[in-house]
Amino acid sequence: MPFKIIASQCTSCSACAPECPNDAIAEKNGTFVIDPKKCTECIGYFDEPQCAAVCPVDKTCVIDASLPRYDAPANGPRP
Amino acid sequence: MSVLKNARSERCAIGSIVQPTAEHKGCGASGGRGKLSCGSQGGQGDLPTGVWEKIKDHPCYSEEAHHHYARMHVAVAPACNIQCNFCNRKYDCANESRPGVVSEKLTPEQAAKKVLAVASAIPQMTVLGIAGPGDPLANPEKTFKTFELVTKNAPDLRLCVSTNGLALPDHIDTIARLGIDHVTITINMIDPEIGAQIYPWIFYRHKRYTGLEAAKILAERQLQGLEMLTARGILCKINSVMIPGVNDRHLVEVNKAVKARGAFLHNIMPLISAPEHGTVFGLKGQRGPSARELKALQDACESEMNMMRHCRQCRADAVGLLGEDRSAEFTTEKIMSVDVRYDVNARLAYQGKVEQARAQKLAAKQEGLAELAAEMSELKLLVAVATKGDGLINLHFGHAKEFQIYQLSTAGPKFVGHRRVDLYCQAGYGEEGRLTTTIGAINDCHAVFVAKIGGSPKSELLRAGIVPVDEYAHEFIEKSVIAWFKSYLEKVQSGDIQHVERGDGAIRQGALSSVA
Repeated sequence: MPFKIIASQCTSCSACAPECPNDAIAEKNGTFVIDPKKCTECIGYFDEPQCAAVCPVDKTCVIDASLPRYDAPANGPRP
Repeated sequence: MSVLKNARSERCAIGSIVQPTAEHKGCGASGGRGKLSCGSQGGQGDLPTGVWEKIKDHPCYSEEAHHHYARMHVAVAPACNIQCNFCNRKYDCANESRPGVVSEKLTPEQAAKKVLAVASAIPQMTVLGIAGPGDPLANPEKTFKTFELVTKNAPDLRLCVSTNGLALPDHIDTIARLGIDHVTITINMIDPEIGAQIYPWIFYRHKRYTGLEAAKILAERQLQGLEMLTARGILCKINSVMIPGVNDRHLVEVNKAVKARGAFLHNIMPLISAPEHGTVFGLKGQRGPSARELKALQDACESEMNMMRHCRQCRADAVGLLGEDRSAEFTTEKIMSVDVRYDVNARLAYQGKVEQARAQKLAAKQEGLAELAAEMSELKLLVAVATKGDGLINLHFGHAKEFQIYQLSTAGPKFVGHRRVDLYCQAGYGEEGRLTTTIGAINDCHAVFVAKIGGSPKSELLRAGIVPVDEYAHEFIEKSVIAWFKSYLEKVQSGDIQHVERGDGAIRQGALSSVA
């Protein structure tokens, strides 16, 4: 499942965007949005999802349970 | 954590940290000679000319300069890499003046244009700082791009950056290359036990750290960054937030550690903490220090190094002299619609006039000091002054949003702080509430110097034991307070008046309102 940003809690501080290894985060209408097609939950890149680790507001970068889990390739991370 | 435990862990941890490791480049450069005057209080004094040139028109680094020169911050750096219990960046209000707060974010291009517009409108604006609203070095591209753009068009501006220090060691080369000659690092602890009570987490090298581990990494990075900067001859100011019961006693150790590493100036600021700010400390009911507590700590550290006492804890988008905020005049919308022609010569001409006025003021002070030289007394007292800049008593009592506080003794007047008295979101309190706030804020003062004052506040002040003084209207502050102090001493000696000690003053929490 990819991560999503809860817009009502986002302070729009932009800290997450440059940390994302997949370039999946962009500003949209004043808050930041994660492209679910690009998000890999940082699997294979880092030990923890970077957007959630750097976000100043608790529980704002969270797993989007409405979408299927990210399916990590069996032979290690995506490039 | 109990105070006792605090003290214990300090002893364990600090011994190894308070070692001089960097060659001093700032104050106290020659160890045994004791600290230099550093210009933070007065003029050049015994400061090396190179250092004086760097600070003489920097309102944050020179107390004397802050009466004459202005600064601006541009809010290009919204991201942060640490979380502090005294910060909540979600809160935004144009009347709210404290670090971390900002009304609108700017792109580097917008910021560069705003700088040119402000510098053209306010010729005494000499310093451009980037201070957030997050951490400038957590947004290195935006921060450095802004400085590059500004330098291209306004090479006369001084560049300044204020950081929590976590990312600082990674950016020393860029800071030096861009000619950023002032860096402020906020260091609230060198003991991780204390740090863990201030910082819930840091984000470092792609990982979130919490607790002691976080505080340890942060403290090490801060001190390492400080050492690297002083080794390059870049002036460093250390900001520390005084949090009673958490790091208040510990800041004396912080002071020693940063001095040992060549810090130029130490600025101990009171915690700003109100429940409505929504910070962890605010919600927990953590109080800030009183005026007397703050001054006692600053005095205790002053024997070690120079203390900044004129900090207004300004916003990440502040514009103007330190005691005023003109940011509302320069919104992005307004700035982007005007065509700015940056005129260095006009600015320099104006600054030439400022320097003349400044020289006159210093001469007047010397005259006053000469008159005071014969006086012998141990007496020390505080007075408040209403001023809107230029070193003059030039403000009506009722118009003052803050008072500057001078300590008077036979050694001369010394600026020791300022007290905010503006009313913020307190509509309906009226004049009476305002007067009560003012008297509370300057309750530790014996007199208040004003350009003018109405009859009713005059008698209220007298009833509270504070003498309103308006006979020095539009004269130089220092010369005037010396003259008043001289006659005060004479009256005490002749028995006309009896000297009584005053009580404590209150540090007002919250806003420096830009709308009267």
